Formats: sequence, C-alpha cells, structure tokens
Amino acid sequence: MATMLDAKNLSISFGGLRAVDDFTIKIEEGELYGLIGPNGAGKTTVFNLLTGVYKPDEGRIILGGKDITRLDPVHKNKSGIARTFQNIRLYSKLSVIDNVKVGLHNQFHYSTLAGILHTPSYRKVEKEIDERARDLLSVFKMEQHADVLASNLPYGEQRKLEIARAMATEPKLLLLDEPAAGMNPNETKELMETISFIREKFGMTILLIEHDMKLVSGICEKLTVLNFGRMLAEGGTKEVLGNPEVIKAYLGDD
Amino acid sequence: MTMKKIQDKYITYGMVVIAYVLCEILMRTGIMSSHIKGLLVPMCYYAIVAVGLNLCVGILGELSLGHAGFMCVGAYTSALFSFAMEDVIPTVPRFIMALIIGVAFSTLFGFLIGIPVLRLKGDYLAIVTLAFGEIIKNIFNAVYLGIDDAGLHISLKDMSSMGMDPSGKILINGAQGITGTPSDANFTIAAFLLLASLFVVQNLINSRDGRAIMAIRDNRIAAESNGINITKYKMFAFTISAAIAGTAGVLFSHNISTLTATSQYFGYNASILILVYVVLGGIGNIRGSVIAAVILYLLPELLRGLSDYRMLIYSIVLIVMMLFNWAPKAREFREKHFAFLNKRKEAR
Ligand SMILES: Nc1ncnc2c1ncn2[C@@H]1O[C@H](COP(=O)(O)OP(=O)(O)OP(=O)(O)O)[C@@H](O)[C@H]1O
Ligand SMILES: [Mg+2]
Repeated sequence: MATMLDAKNLSISFGGLRAVDDFTIKIEEGELYGLIGPNGAGKTTVFNLLTGVYKPDEGRIILGGKDITRLDPVHKNKSGIARTFQNIRLYSKLSVIDNVKVGLHNQFHYSTLAGILHTPSYRKVEKEIDERARDLLSVFKMEQHADVLASNLPYGEQRKLEIARAMATEPKLLLLDEPAAGMNPNETKELMETISFIREKFGMTILLIEHDMKLVSGICEKLTVLNFGRMLAEGGTKEVLGNPEVIKAYLGDD
Repeated sequence: MTMKKIQDKYITYGMVVIAYVLCEILMRTGIMSSHIKGLLVPMCYYAIVAVGLNLCVGILGELSLGHAGFMCVGAYTSALFSFAMEDVIPTVPRFIMALIIGVAFSTLFGFLIGIPVLRLKGDYLAIVTLAFGEIIKNIFNAVYLGIDDAGLHISLKDMSSMGMDPSGKILINGAQGITGTPSDANFTIAAFLLLASLFVVQNLINSRDGRAIMAIRDNRIAAESNGINITKYKMFAFTISAAIAGTAGVLFSHNISTLTATSQYFGYNASILILVYVVLGGIGNIRGSVIAAVILYLLPELLRGLSDYRMLIYSIVLIVMMLFNWAPKAREFREKHFAFLNKRKEAR
C-alpha cells in the first residue's frame, strides 16, 4: 500500500501560543485515520495547515509523493485534499445541488463565453454536471433535497452536504472536522455507515477529527491524540484508547 | 439547470418586451406625451446600470459606490468617438463602434480599479470605489482635448494651454464637456441593450462561473477549499459589472447633445441612486432591479404636476417597495400570490 499523506514536524505559532508543535502523521492509501484530543488541542489547526489556510512555520507536507507544503488552499484542493468545516460553511443562498455543483467546478469545463451564450457545449456539460451532482447526492440519500436552499436544511443534513461537496472535488484525501457534531445518535449511526460506504465505494483515504468516542472506535483503524498542540500518542485505535496517558488527558475528563 | 430557472429567465425578457411593445404602441398612436417619450431611454439605461450593479452587489456580494464612474467612462469615451467621427462614418456603424469603444474602456477601467479595490472588504471597498468614481468624474471635468492638423492636444489646465491651432476642433471643453454629440440612441436600441445586459447577467448566473461567483459571496473560505480561484472570479464579476455600467453610459451620452460630467449624473449621489434601485428591487434579484429602476425613475418625473406632494408620494413608494421586498410576511405573501414576481431563490 502506498503512502497517501506524509506530514512531518509541522509547527505553527499564533503570537506566543504554539498551537501545533512538531506534528507528524503518516496515512496509507485507503486508511481511515482519526485525530482526537481535548478542546483547543490544535486539531482544527492541523487541518488548516494541511489545507493551506495557514502556512506551517516548520515542517513538510507530502501528498501522494508530491511536496505540497507551500501551496495555497486552492491548489491544495486541486492536488487532492478536500475538507469539511467544524463550523459549517455551506453556500447558504445556493440550493443543495448547486452547492455540490460548486464542488464539481474543476471536474467539468466549458468556456466563459459558452456559459454566457448557453451554447450546445454548455448544455451538454451542464447536463453531465447535473447528473454527477445528483449521483453524489443520492450516495448521501439527499436527492430529495436537491432544490432546497442549503441554509434551510436540518443541521445533520448540512453536515452531510458538506461531505458531498468535498467529495465532488474528487479528492485523494478527505478531511472531516467533527462530522457528527450536533447530530443525534440515529444521525450519527447513519453518518458512520455513509463514511464507511464512501470509503469502500471510492477507495477514499479519510482523516477525521471527532469527539464522539463511539464513532472513533467504531470506524477508525488508527488514531493520533493531540494535547496542547503536541502529539500524546499514535497507533492502532485499541492500543491508543487503552493508553493510560490518553485516558488521563482526554477520556478522563470527557 | 432546472425548468424553473429557465422559465424565470424568460419571464424577465417577456416583461421587457411587453413593456417595450406597449410603449411603442402608445408612441405611434400619439397617446404618449413628448415629456414621457423623453424618459424612455433614461429609464432603460438606469435599468441597465442597476442590473450591472446588482451583479456586483447581489451576485458577487461586494458593495460598490462607484458605478456612476464606470457609466461616465462609457459615456465620455463613446461620445468622444461619435463626436470626432460625426462627419466621417455613417450613423449605424458609428454607433456600433462607439458602443464597442465605450464598453471596452469601462471594462478596462473596471479591471484596473478592480485590482486594488477587490483586495478590500465591505465598507472599505465601498468607500474606495466611491473615491474612484469621484476621481473619474473630476478628471473628465478637468480635461481639455482638441484636434487639429498637427494631431491631438490635451491639457488639464485650460483651453489655451492645449496649444491648438484655432482652425482645429475642440473635442472636450473642460467642465463644459462635449457639445454637439450626435444623438444616435433611441428607445429601440435602449430596450435591446437592456435585453442584452439581462441576457449576459442571467445566463452568467446559471453557469459554472456564476456558481463560483456566488460561492465566493456566500463563503470565501469554503470556495477556496473547493478549488475556486477567488481573485479571478471577483475580478471577472466586477469587470463585467463595470462593462454593463459602461453600456448604460453609452446610451446616456448618445441620448443628449451636450455631455458634461456633472455630479447629478456621474457623482456619488448617482451611484447611490442606482444602489437604491438595486436594494429596493431586491439584492441579487435581477428582475427586481429592472422593475425598481423603472418605477423609481419614472415616478418622480410623472409626479411633476403634483409638485407639493411629489416627494411625499415618492417616499411612500420607497417604503412600500422596501416592505414588499424585504419584510418576511410580505415575502411569504408574495411567494404565494405573486409567484411570477419571485426571484430565483438561489440568488437571494
Ligand atoms: N487564527 C488563530 N489565531 C490565534 N489563535 C488561534 C488561531 N487558530 C487557532 N488558534 C488557537 O489554537 C489553539 C488550537 O485551536 P484549534 O481550533 O486547532 O483546536 P481544536 O483542537 O480544533 O479544538 P476544538 O475541539 O474545540 O475544535 C486554540 O488555543 C486556539 O485558540
Ligand atoms: Mg476544532
């Protein structure tokens, strides 16, 4: 199995605060990897480093053998990283299907002029875009909501739409920031099934941040635990969750 | 694109065509007074510039207070061409070329001003566009341009410092502007250009580029994470928006015989007037901009007879329109009973 993500010694400081300190992670192709840790540990900041929202002070990010450390978010996405956000960031005034179509932006092309004149090539490609977007929505069982405004969706559905939109960019690596936050147990269970399903169907490599221990232990093969910006433990899910230090730092006060 | 969106687009075109045909009938049958006849072209160019500004404010989500400036660029550059070529080129090709020139220059100005301005956000962007609009207007107010056998002469001081031969032709006479521009525009051309602007903006909204622009408006960070080039699409939308304002400017200057860069037409108060059309028509609602521009432009003119009550009625209409467009209850009511007036939900 090839290595998908190989990030080494990532660090970043905000003012005096070292939010992420010497973070290293290696994810193999097709793996489902969990990133856990108490509030403020630096998990989202790791995502922001991997996706180019912040540039690391130190460290390297290698994706599929290519060094992408200094790429901006747009090119990080183009080279194969897609993400969801902890605080949902949908295109609230666009319909559900248009949100997915924005995700498909770099997958289908026609010229600006064709778009303004609505030429036959525009019609043909738009039809393909529409079909692909509906296919993706049906993976998430959301096709009935296609024409609803994104902001009118229930919370759980909004989280799923963010995943669908990220998947639309055809990533090699999918980063999910607390995908089950705010979901009820039923929704969480359904989400776990969906994540397992897209992993199998698309052979997706996934890194997810999660607070829900049941979700983490249920689907992640490997875990890394962060605490105050530093790595506390890493390895197989069972052994990490059994690690006394981890229990003390994180699970103890949960 | 769903059926609803397609229908929605044609309703807007239909509305303009019907209004055009009605006005033509009233004109041909002699029912329409010459006063109202004179309002038809301005009504169209205000609708056009409102559509252009709505692309910037409602679709791109950036508040510009400089669109009268882009209108000014389109007006001056095209009028200059028409005036200089009045005896050289026949009317029809001359107007087409003037239109191309006016649009080209306003596009260029939109692009150049967009580079610094689009780095700013919100209020800062609004203030700086306002400043650029004023600068454009003031430059056109100060410029003297003439042509003689030796070529073009330009000055920002006064006429004599141009050093022009007395036999030459004065093109721009400072604050007195361009005198004797050919009035090549008419209601048919104006209605056609309104349709063309609507065509460009509405088709753009329903395209890949339009979705990218609205995605940036709704959430810049998410759009970046979806691989959308923010700068490119912001520049693109802003430039097209300026080009449409320039189109309105071409109509403006070819509908009058003396073009001056007065603040009434090209200053920040004009920009704000256009913004009023956009806001009251509904931000992001292209058809609403046309309706609001037409009503709010015609109303004060039609009420001239009622001099004392004119501003009173005008302000009541403003308030009613605002409620109709923005109050939640009114929105519900409208969605139920005036489905044909509904803007695309997605564009809201
Ligand atoms: N842009 C920023 N500027 C300053 N400080 C920041 C910035 N981003 C994050 N931080 C700080 O870095 C630390 C880590 O934040 P981060 O959001 O990564 O935590 P987290 O592990 O995702 O927490 P949570 O579980 O609450 O989501 C926090 O102390 C936070 O305040
Ligand atoms: Mg977080």
